Amino acid sequence: MSTPTVEKEPASKIDLAESGDGAGAVQQFDITLKVRRYDPERTEDAWWDEWNLTMFGTDRVLDALHKVKWDVDGTLTFRRSCAHGICGSDAMRINGRNRLACKTLLKDLDTSKPIIVEAIKGLPVEKDLIVDMEPFFQSYREIMPFMINSSPTPTAERVQSPEERQRFDDTTKCILCAACTSSCPVFWTDGQYFGPAAIVNAHRFIFDSRDDAGDMRLEILNDREGVWRCRTTFNCTEACPRGIEVTKAIQEVKTAILTRSL
Amino acid sequence: MWSWVGHRITGVGIFFFLLVHVLDTSLVRVSPEAYDAVIGAYKHPIMIMGEIGLVGAIVFHAFNGLRIILVDFWKQGTRYHRQMLWAVMVLWFVTMVAFSIRHLMIFFEGWEGF
Repeated sequence: MSTPTVEKEPASKIDLAESGDGAGAVQQFDITLKVRRYDPERTEDAWWDEWNLTMFGTDRVLDALHKVKWDVDGTLTFRRSCAHGICGSDAMRINGRNRLACKTLLKDLDTSKPIIVEAIKGLPVEKDLIVDMEPFFQSYREIMPFMINSSPTPTAERVQSPEERQRFDDTTKCILCAACTSSCPVFWTDGQYFGPAAIVNAHRFIFDSRDDAGDMRLEILNDREGVWRCRTTFNCTEACPRGIEVTKAIQEVKTAILTRSL
Repeated sequence: MWSWVGHRITGVGIFFFLLVHVLDTSLVRVSPEAYDAVIGAYKHPIMIMGEIGLVGAIVFHAFNGLRIILVDFWKQGTRYHRQMLWAVMVLWFVTMVAFSIRHLMIFFEGWEGF
């Protein structure tokens, strides 16, 4: 066994203050976290729980939920995977707005009032902040979210110009968090509606020059419960944590359906 | 979302007014005296305020309807929906101020007390 050579750490490029201990310099504040709880194995009705926590200025709502789950009440249940705004697991209703808990900094919220966290609306709640995503993914599967091209596979890639790629660039950003679909008042009252997320993902293939099944998808969305259910309330555009112009995409699909017969 | 809620509420409100309006207008075929009596009720101050509310609902519904058409058929409509809503509010306010002044002037000129 060779002894590991201890290398001297390179000098820090960041100037640290002589006094103070670094981490302590991060601003600290107290918050009240108010979460709508639901556990069918305990009681039929949902209830509210409140916790007073001391958090740092760099913390997100997800960190507050972690603090409760790890240190205070282990029964608090929520989904999260990557915790960095990519996996789309932790969409929830924070102060009445659909957001990702991992992308919402506590300091950006009004910390003088309780921070209210609920499950997203329109999907059946299973426990606390976890909802049954199956109806959401059912609609997603129905629009066939994969490339369909029956022409012989070329030996190299299927060439696409930057302009053709740009056409559907916005809708490739979707992470399927359901923040848009569960912010839609039409979806709240009509669970059959495809919902913005499914339409966004259909848009991603309809306007892809390499895909051949655009007409088929337009036909699927030209349904009673398809794009025409959209009343352009713009809730989805405001809810999207990825900044996708959801309503714009839906309107483009509507226009495509209208103009395809011309 | 609230512009959509407002659009629905004003729409339903206008529908019920139209229902009453068709009834009171068709009364002239039944009996002109009864028609005069019913139409006379529109001079009551409560009805005057109601008319301001009615015109307010119609003006909002009309301007917001144009905004929805632009959102549907103008390519940039979805990007400027918020600015267009502000335009609807401003136009609504201007129209309502002008209408209310004119409406109340006519009312007070013809006002003979209860």
